[in-house]
This record gives sequence, C-alpha cells and structure tokens, in this order.
Amino acid sequence: MTSAIGTLTKARALPQAAPGTITRRTHPLWFLLPAYALLLVFFVLPTAYQFVYAFTDWSGFKASINPVGVENLTQLASDGTLFRALRITVVYAVLVAIFQNAFGFGLAVLLERDTLVNRICRTFFVVPVLMSALAVGYVFQALLKGTGLLADTTWTIVVVALIHAWKWMGLAMLIYLAGLKTIPEDVLEAARIDGASRWRAFWAIRVPLLAPAVTFNVATALLGSMNGFDIVQATTGGGPARTTELLNIFIYRTFGQGLFAQATTMSLVLFLLVTLMAFPVIYLLRRREEVQ
Amino acid sequence: MIRRLQPVAAIALVVLLIGVPLWLVVATAGKSRGEAIDPNLSPPAEWHLLDNLRQVWTEADVPAALLGSLLIVVPTVAGVLVLGSMAAWVLARRGSRLTAALYALGISGIILPPAVVTVVLLLRQLGLAGTALGMIGVYLGVYLSTVIFFVTGFVRTIPEALEEAARIDGAGPVAVFRLVVLPLLRPVLATATILICLYVWNDVFYAFFVIGGRLDTLPLNLFRVASAGLYLNNWHLIFAYVILMSLPLVLVFAVAQRKIISGITGGAVK
Repeated sequence: MTSAIGTLTKARALPQAAPGTITRRTHPLWFLLPAYALLLVFFVLPTAYQFVYAFTDWSGFKASINPVGVENLTQLASDGTLFRALRITVVYAVLVAIFQNAFGFGLAVLLERDTLVNRICRTFFVVPVLMSALAVGYVFQALLKGTGLLADTTWTIVVVALIHAWKWMGLAMLIYLAGLKTIPEDVLEAARIDGASRWRAFWAIRVPLLAPAVTFNVATALLGSMNGFDIVQATTGGGPARTTELLNIFIYRTFGQGLFAQATTMSLVLFLLVTLMAFPVIYLLRRREEVQ
Repeated sequence: MIRRLQPVAAIALVVLLIGVPLWLVVATAGKSRGEAIDPNLSPPAEWHLLDNLRQVWTEADVPAALLGSLLIVVPTVAGVLVLGSMAAWVLARRGSRLTAALYALGISGIILPPAVVTVVLLLRQLGLAGTALGMIGVYLGVYLSTVIFFVTGFVRTIPEALEEAARIDGAGPVAVFRLVVLPLLRPVLATATILICLYVWNDVFYAFFVIGGRLDTLPLNLFRVASAGLYLNNWHLIFAYVILMSLPLVLVFAVAQRKIISGITGGAVK
C-alpha cells in the first residue's frame, strides 16, 4: 500500500525532478482564478451580450425585449449613420496617430540632451497627460471659442484630433526619449568614423532603431483614439452638424435617449472595427515580447 | 549655433503649447463671473481664485464627488494590482499552450473596447446597477488586462532561482508569491498604479453608463456642472473645478516624477 502511494507520488513528481522546474504545484493555476473570473463576468460576458442584444428591440420605453433580426443594423446603414460614424472614427484615429507621433517625436528629438532646461520642459509637456480629457476639452473650447475653428463642418475634426494629440504628446515624447536612450553610443560613433553626417546618422541609424517605440506609440494612439469620447464631447459634443460624432459619442447620445439596442449595435460595430484593426497590432506586440 | 538656439526653442515651445492653455485655466479661474463670460488671456482685474475654488467646493458638491472617486479608485487599484499580478506570475512561469491562450485572452482587453451598453444590463441582472461595487467590477474587467500585460513581461525578467531558494526552504506557492515575487514586482506595480489611477481618476465615459446619476465622481460631477444650464458659460467655476480635480495627480507627479517616468517608459520600449 505505502509503496503504491510511493510510486504514485514518484510518478507525479517525475516532471519536476530537476529543482526549479515549473509545475502545477509550484505555480498553481488557481492563482489565475480571481482575475479570470472577473474578466469573464465583467468583460467577456458583456461583450458576448452585444452579439445578442444588437439584434433585439431593447429600449428604455418598454419592459420586454424581443429579437428583431438585423433591423437595427439595416436601419443604421440605410440612413447613412453607420458609415458616417465609422468614417469619422477612422479619420479621427488616423489623424490622432499621425499628430501625436509627429509631436511626440519632434519633442523627444528637441529635448533629448539631459540639460536642466530640457528636464524642466519635459515635465511641462507631461502635465496635459495627467489632466482629465474632459478638462482638456473645456480648456480648448474656451480657447478656441471666438475663432470658428470648432464650428467648421470640414476642419473641426482635424482640430479635435490636434487637441487629442496635444493631450497625449507628452507620453509619446517620453516613450520616444526612452527609445532614443536604448541606442548604444558606439553604433553612432562607428557611423561618425565612417564619415556619416549627423543628418544621415540620424535617419539611417537612430530612426530605424526606434521601431519598438514607434510600434507602441502608433498602436496606443490609434486604438486609444478609436475609443475616444471625452475630448470631442467636451469641445464640440459631436457637432457641428454631427461631423465629429465618433462612434462613442453616438453610443452615449442614443443611450441617453433610451435607444439601447441602437447603442448596442454601434458598440458592436466599434468592437468589430477595433478587432479587425487590432490583429496586426497584437501580432507586432507579441513578436516584440518574444524578441525580448 | 544649434546648441545655443535649442534652449530658447524649447522654452518658447513650452510657453506657447503648455503655458498658454494653463494660463487660460488659472487666469479664468481667478476672474469674476462677468469677466469670465468671454474667456481670454488677459489677467483678471482682481484675483478671485480662492473665492471661486471655495464656491465650487461648496456649491458643486465636490466633497461628495471626491469621496465617490476615492471609494472607486482605491479598491479598483488594489484589486487590479493583487489579482493581476497573481495571474501574471503563473502565466509568465508556466509555458503551456493553455497559459499562452489565457495570456492572449487576458491582454486582449488592452485593445478591445469594453461593451459599455450591455454591461449596464448585466449589472442590472446581477443587482449591481448604479453601485460602487458594479463600477469597481467594470473597471477591474477593463484594467486587469493592462496589469497582466505589464507584470507578465516583468516577471519573465526575474530569475527563477530566487523563487527556488524559497521553495527549497519549504515555502508553498502562496508564501513564494507573497514573500519573494510580490516585493520584486515593486517597480512595475508602481508604474501600473500610476497608469490605472490616471485612467480611473479621469474616466467619465464608463462611469456615465454604470453609475451616472446614482453616484458622483469628480469627472462625472465636472461634466454635470459644465453641461448644466445653470453653469453654462460660468467659465470661472468650470476652470476652478479643473484646478481642484487636476491638483492631486499633478502633486503626486511632482513628488515622484523620476520614478513615474522611468516606470512608464521602461515597459514600452523594451
């Protein structure tokens, strides 16, 4: 009997024969349980709900919820709302990604040397990152009030994208600065000895080595702004003539009107849009980690 | 030449890009109602900053909103840090296909937008609609992924030998995690704390759906104050509120600047 148990435990213990081997005894899976239970209930489940309730007549006006097929989707598509909101969101995200990275990169290059003045300047550029996006929106609404920049049906989307980029450029700057620091001095030294000009060394050596920082910055800017709400809501509220109505502003507005199914449908559209754009991004992030 | 011009350019840029908007906030928050109706960059004829701050503090129910914010931010941050690092530790150490899949699922929330509308329905079914507990649950669901991502990457850089030594001394997984792993995670947990505080403290979008109208937080309250007809164009009060709300984070940043910067950037470019 004891020997049977002995062989059993021995058999079980075999995989961890070498000390330091990872097993379910040293790193039990139940450590995952609380986090994944919460993720399941508060993230996965509501997401799954979207695939159901986007196809119902759920609203604030009646108690029952009945399936209606793709009616919400066809209605939103036929009156042009769907594609307009999609277009506005994608344009906004791309503009933010461009501006935020251009500003962040420019600031990082400008403030790269570790002087006292530069250190103080960097601190100031981080202040907007700490401010609430809502507050940033109000600041620029007040600042641009008399200029008409927030009342132009063509250019206001560019202005709000610039404001979004202004809020986050300090973070992009910090990440580019850290990226610039990882480039070893001797590589630049070698280029200089080989007769490369400052300009050429910059574009041929430093910029390519910044790839991880670019990946991170572009990914976070793109996906962060697709999920944007506060800044645009506080500056334009989606106007003028709904030309800056991002998906999230549409969702907020229709939810407030009690049109829950329509809001869910748009939320599902946003989810699918981000998923579609996220695959290449996740791929890049994971690959970066494996290299590490 | 470039060396001489660079500090001048840097300072000019700070004044123009950061100084002007921040001055607008401070100057407008210092003005009287009549002066602030058309916000501009001229200094107030007479400074009313403290009066305005006091008026916002009492009239806009700031203490209640501050309490609401703390009631939600503190448990959220504690929850994501502890539960997230527990999960991240095991995910980082075990190399099976199952844990790889769980990791991918765990970090997908960094990118995928949460279902803000249906989560309201779910909370209603759970009896948590409009409660602080429901709000904390939603934030946990949204931000656990950030912690899992940062901490898993960090755990992989910690040599396993440190855990092994404790194991040989007879420590079980809970003891190893609590006494060996958790203290080593301090730098990455500091980063995560800052990031999550930043997100949750300033969030208004998720809060609007989950607790809007039931429980007040600072951003929700600011949103209400600024949107209410009563306060429309009361820029002096709106900006006094902005100062009140931003101050805690700016102070924390001023104190722990160096740590925060190295923490945030360290995770991103490695």
